[in-house]
Amino acid sequence: MAIFNEPLRYSLPEGDKPGVANPLGVFSRPRSETGLKDWLTTVDHKKIGIMYGSAAVFFMLIGGVAALLIRIQLATPNSNFLSADAYNQVYTMHGTIMIFLVVMPIGAAFANFLLPLQIGARDVAFPRINAFSFWCFFLGGLMLNSSWFLGGGADGGWFNYAPNNGVAYSPSHGIDFWNVGLLITGIASLSGAINLITTVLNMRAPGMDLMKMPIFVWMSLVTQFLLLFAIPVITVAQVLLLMDRVFDANFFNVEQGADPLLWQHLFWIFGHPEVYLMILPAFGIVSEVIPTFARKPIFGYPFMVFSGIAIGFMGFGVWAHHMFVSGIGPLSVTAFALSTMFIAVPTGVKILNWVATLWGGKLTLNTAMLFSIGLITQFTVGGLSGVTHAMAPSDTQQTDTYYIVAHFHYVLFGGALFGFMAGFYFWWPKVFGHMLNEKWGKWNFWTMVVGFNLTFGPMHILGLQGMPRRMQTYDDAMGFNLWNFWATVGSFILASGVLLFITNVFLSLYRWNKAGKPNPGPDPWDARTIEWSIQSPAPEHNFDYDPQIVSVDDFWHQKYAEDENGKLRKVAHGADIAQPGNGEGVHLPAPSYWPLLLAASLPLIGYGLIFSLWLTIPGGFLMVVSLYGWALEPADDLDLPHGHDDHKSDHAEIASTVNV
Amino acid sequence: MSDAAVVAEQATDHVEDEHAGHATSLNLSNMKLAMWLFLGSECLLFGALISTYLLSKARFLTEILAGNPVVVDSISNPTLVEEMRAAGSVEPLFDIPFTSLSSFILLMSSLAMVLAHKAISEADYKNLRIWLGTTALLGSFFIAGQIAEFTAFKEEGLSFTGSLLGSAFFTLTGFHGIHVSGGIVMLMTLLVLSFKGKLNQDRAETVELVGLYWHFVDVVWVLIFTIVYLIP
Repeated sequence: MAIFNEPLRYSLPEGDKPGVANPLGVFSRPRSETGLKDWLTTVDHKKIGIMYGSAAVFFMLIGGVAALLIRIQLATPNSNFLSADAYNQVYTMHGTIMIFLVVMPIGAAFANFLLPLQIGARDVAFPRINAFSFWCFFLGGLMLNSSWFLGGGADGGWFNYAPNNGVAYSPSHGIDFWNVGLLITGIASLSGAINLITTVLNMRAPGMDLMKMPIFVWMSLVTQFLLLFAIPVITVAQVLLLMDRVFDANFFNVEQGADPLLWQHLFWIFGHPEVYLMILPAFGIVSEVIPTFARKPIFGYPFMVFSGIAIGFMGFGVWAHHMFVSGIGPLSVTAFALSTMFIAVPTGVKILNWVATLWGGKLTLNTAMLFSIGLITQFTVGGLSGVTHAMAPSDTQQTDTYYIVAHFHYVLFGGALFGFMAGFYFWWPKVFGHMLNEKWGKWNFWTMVVGFNLTFGPMHILGLQGMPRRMQTYDDAMGFNLWNFWATVGSFILASGVLLFITNVFLSLYRWNKAGKPNPGPDPWDARTIEWSIQSPAPEHNFDYDPQIVSVDDFWHQKYAEDENGKLRKVAHGADIAQPGNGEGVHLPAPSYWPLLLAASLPLIGYGLIFSLWLTIPGGFLMVVSLYGWALEPADDLDLPHGHDDHKSDHAEIASTVNV
Repeated sequence: MSDAAVVAEQATDHVEDEHAGHATSLNLSNMKLAMWLFLGSECLLFGALISTYLLSKARFLTEILAGNPVVVDSISNPTLVEEMRAAGSVEPLFDIPFTSLSSFILLMSSLAMVLAHKAISEADYKNLRIWLGTTALLGSFFIAGQIAEFTAFKEEGLSFTGSLLGSAFFTLTGFHGIHVSGGIVMLMTLLVLSFKGKLNQDRAETVELVGLYWHFVDVVWVLIFTIVYLIP
């Protein structure tokens, strides 16, 4: 059904040259397919995924340097390497950057790149909104980091508790940058969540029922729902703080009778779903890697799916376990202690299912697999220390000690980041068309494992000994010297592990170029899901035709079948049955300037809120122009070349307020 | 491989389906699904704001009834404080008949919005413009009423920066007002598009989507009116 029956508004008179689609008369449509302009205007989910990943690794280097500064400061007692003020900024920014600008966006990078490929779609539902999400995240992150040069970073911890986050206790602009920067990255997360949920629910290939989707798609879907419902709550908390700090409101003004505990509640109603939405994408990744290299289907697919959904629901009911010592009363403490113990159950189900998948499998212990096993073991350690926090009396002792620091680094670094590393090594050929070096990869893995455990393992002991978090230094006589020293040694080993990864990236690229760019083929791992049924690197149009999905791990079932004796036999090679990568006749969404411009208006308004409200005028102007430019720009460019059967009449997109 | 040819035929306009109300996995257009998701997210935004208001009001009232001098002074009009203390609530601040009228106007705008959607579904572009205009006009009356109310409250002694109640009240109702204003801008844009002949029956879903947003904002107001104004 062609829904646009009226004559082509953007079609050209006979004999005219292409070059219309010029909304508001400002720009002609970007056409570049290479170079900087292409990256600035692309709406291709794969390029956006790559940009998410590279930007996150860039921010990881900043956050990593901050971490090393913390460790140098704490290596010896009574150190004055960092002043107390600088130390406050460094640990606050370390936490904020690693959570909002590293772990969340790497999850978004994988989701962006893989979701359409794994469900058999050509792109996400709203390609331009996808670009907008990325630019909001990136520019918001840059704005947050610009605080280093504009009067110092935020200094109240990544959670910035009230009333400590007020102007009276934190007079620099650091918390304002934190506030506005994260409001902007929040817009990125929210628009991304709406986009990706719509994509997964609505754009699945024929035959791909919900219960045939790869586990990674499921976990990302749950993640996006968590974002959808958690982000508005932190947005409200940050708006209240913004009102207090910039416009002299009284939301956290104790003198006026305000209750600063409101901040903690709002923050953790967001903050606890937040920790699950950071780990679930990594869970999804290892759920793809482990079956591939154990040569077995995932154990208990429905259990994996429903435990993920259960985590999503229960994640909203445990927030006050961050607040056991804030005086919320015995009834609340009991209720939240119970719900916290319950949420360990679906997580335990996942661990058991991965182990059961490994059990009896023909294991290939390559780098991706090693990182996955690293996640299982280290996350289990972090998960177990997490259960000890559910015991409120014990947690009362551990609150604000290094025990907590050890716990969340075991789940977020040992868990999420190790999972992401597994994902990098696994999908690298699909993304870039060449493999990462295995030998360097194994060095990378073992260095990181040793460094990680040496850094964060001793923090359990330090915490139980009573060493408080967020303190600039400690006294010689406190007995914290030994393990702090070794944790610092470990942190440098860990940092060299990360550097080994970055070296591996460039080294593998260099060697691949030198070897004449050999193609790894569509299916280098003999893998299971349909993103391996297309060429490597994934062609711009993804699929030549819609894959027809019959079962979970559909691609694997195309390659293997049982013979008459019930014995499993390989019936086809991945490379032979893969789609050839012929994009003839495929019409892709056109690139656009407007997502970047609209996203750029937000930091402009943000700087205006911090420094001078006059700046919000050009920012607001840019925003209005971009919104209308976007809305009046057809989602497709009719003049882009396309093949013989492109149903041109269907593309007669007319101006409307809701072209996305 | 004749099958492949059929498959390829089906596949060619996969991405373009984003504009159509068909051929999606849920048989629901992407835009409509996205709008529902957005509104779901908005529920938590307003939920958090309403909770903040309720908490702040309760704390404010406790301090007023206890006679905390700082909080008593935060309302610049001593008579209002006395009335609040006598009533044991913040009720004396509100002018219920006035706000009831503006609430009624906003609810009627939802009716006009429905009629606008009906008109475009029937390709009745004259009535489409009439009802889009009416919806925007009624919405503007509501905003005018809100401005009048804010001014009156300010004169009664409630200020945004002065007191906790003021911060909470103006932020909650202000957020709602911004949502209504955004809706009016969308309606006016539709109206202009319609006059330029760019909003025809094929675009009925656009009007429906703006309508979804508009009804949501109205429902939120029903909640705010009940919780903030009517429940003592």
